[in-house]
Amino acid sequence: MPDQSWNKGASKGVRQVSPDLFERSVLPYLNSAYNLARWLTRNEHDAEDIVQEAILRALRSFDTFIPGRDARAWLLTIVRNCCRTWLRKNRSSQAAVQLDDNMQAPIGALPDPETILIKSADSRQIREAMEELPFEYREILVLRELEELSYKEIAQVAEIPLGTVMSRLSRARRELYARLSATRGEMQR
Amino acid sequence: MSCRQTQELLDAYIDKELDVVNTLEFERHLSECSGCRAMYDQYQQVHDSVKSQLSYFQAPAQLENRIHAQLRSAARDRDAVVQKEWFPHWRSWAMATAVAVVLTLGTLVFKRSQQFSGTQLLADEIVSSHVRSLMANHLVDVPSSDQHTVKPWFNGKLDFAPVVKDLSERGYPLTGGRLDYIDNHSVAALVYKHRQHTINLFLWPSSGADSGPHNLTIKGYHVVYGTRSHMIYWVVSDLNAADLGEFVREVEK
Repeated sequence: MPDQSWNKGASKGVRQVSPDLFERSVLPYLNSAYNLARWLTRNEHDAEDIVQEAILRALRSFDTFIPGRDARAWLLTIVRNCCRTWLRKNRSSQAAVQLDDNMQAPIGALPDPETILIKSADSRQIREAMEELPFEYREILVLRELEELSYKEIAQVAEIPLGTVMSRLSRARRELYARLSATRGEMQR
Repeated sequence: MSCRQTQELLDAYIDKELDVVNTLEFERHLSECSGCRAMYDQYQQVHDSVKSQLSYFQAPAQLENRIHAQLRSAARDRDAVVQKEWFPHWRSWAMATAVAVVLTLGTLVFKRSQQFSGTQLLADEIVSSHVRSLMANHLVDVPSSDQHTVKPWFNGKLDFAPVVKDLSERGYPLTGGRLDYIDNHSVAALVYKHRQHTINLFLWPSSGADSGPHNLTIKGYHVVYGTRSHMIYWVVSDLNAADLGEFVREVEK
């Protein structure tokens, strides 16, 4: 039946996007995609697989992407969702962490000696402390501190309300600083 | 602003995410309260130090190669499918032509319907933003009826310069402007009044040709949109369609 093969061609044809446009819009953000995936999976092999999968998904849904939109936020949303799927599959060993974003963000000053310890932490120590944090904290810290996304963009990528961005970011930072001062303190003893 | 409020807004201040009013109040509190100032200094230093030591993982070259190969093979597969199906047999050539015509039409209709649903989503987003701006009492970041105050305010906040018109003589006084976020990018929102009605005018750049004005009605709001001189505009208000049309003509001039 020729009709069926034509129909197949039809659905392919509709999906067809200019590969050039895709490469120009999306591939400049490959580093952003990899960086986020690497922090969220905590290992490079899974990060590479996830980025490949995310790029394929992006290609497949590129016809829903409107040129002129923020391609980085769009790609990061896809990467982030791929990471979540990956995490659900590999979660058996990890306990799910329940975040309470409604709780008041912790406030108050950090004690002076701890501040000095944190400021002397090097990137390896900071990476180790980061990797102990829950997924949602790592995610928001990467989006803010490394990608320097605005709160609105973070709300979109992480799919949380704008009001939650501020409190979660505040908690994530305090948690990271607390872990840093604890590990640095132990080393000095 | 109290010490507690100051501490709660600390992260947003460091991230430059506070609005103008809160930024000024935050800074005034710091200048008056040595405790909060010390806390802020310390927090900012720790933040900057940790941020500067946070590793950014660059995509390995092999990943980039793999992705390029993947894209090339996706393109090849697609071309192969197209070729195989466009030249199956000489005898079906006539039929192929006929089907191709149908396909093209089908694709056009499909694209149009896609475009339409894209527009519908955008329109919903615009109306939600309009309603939010009224409800949250966050109509303007820069309250001013002076176009020469509003326009420069956007400098450095947007990667384009919106045209800000003074339409008070036409009965549409400017109330102010604010930054908004529509369709995944930062846009200029200009707020005008007409009698007791608020009009939100959203602007962002486009590479497309001039089009519109197109009219929609969503949840009782009148929405007009189009493209003029490489700027996409969306206008939304509860104003009647005739007066809003008049406003759009002034904006388009």
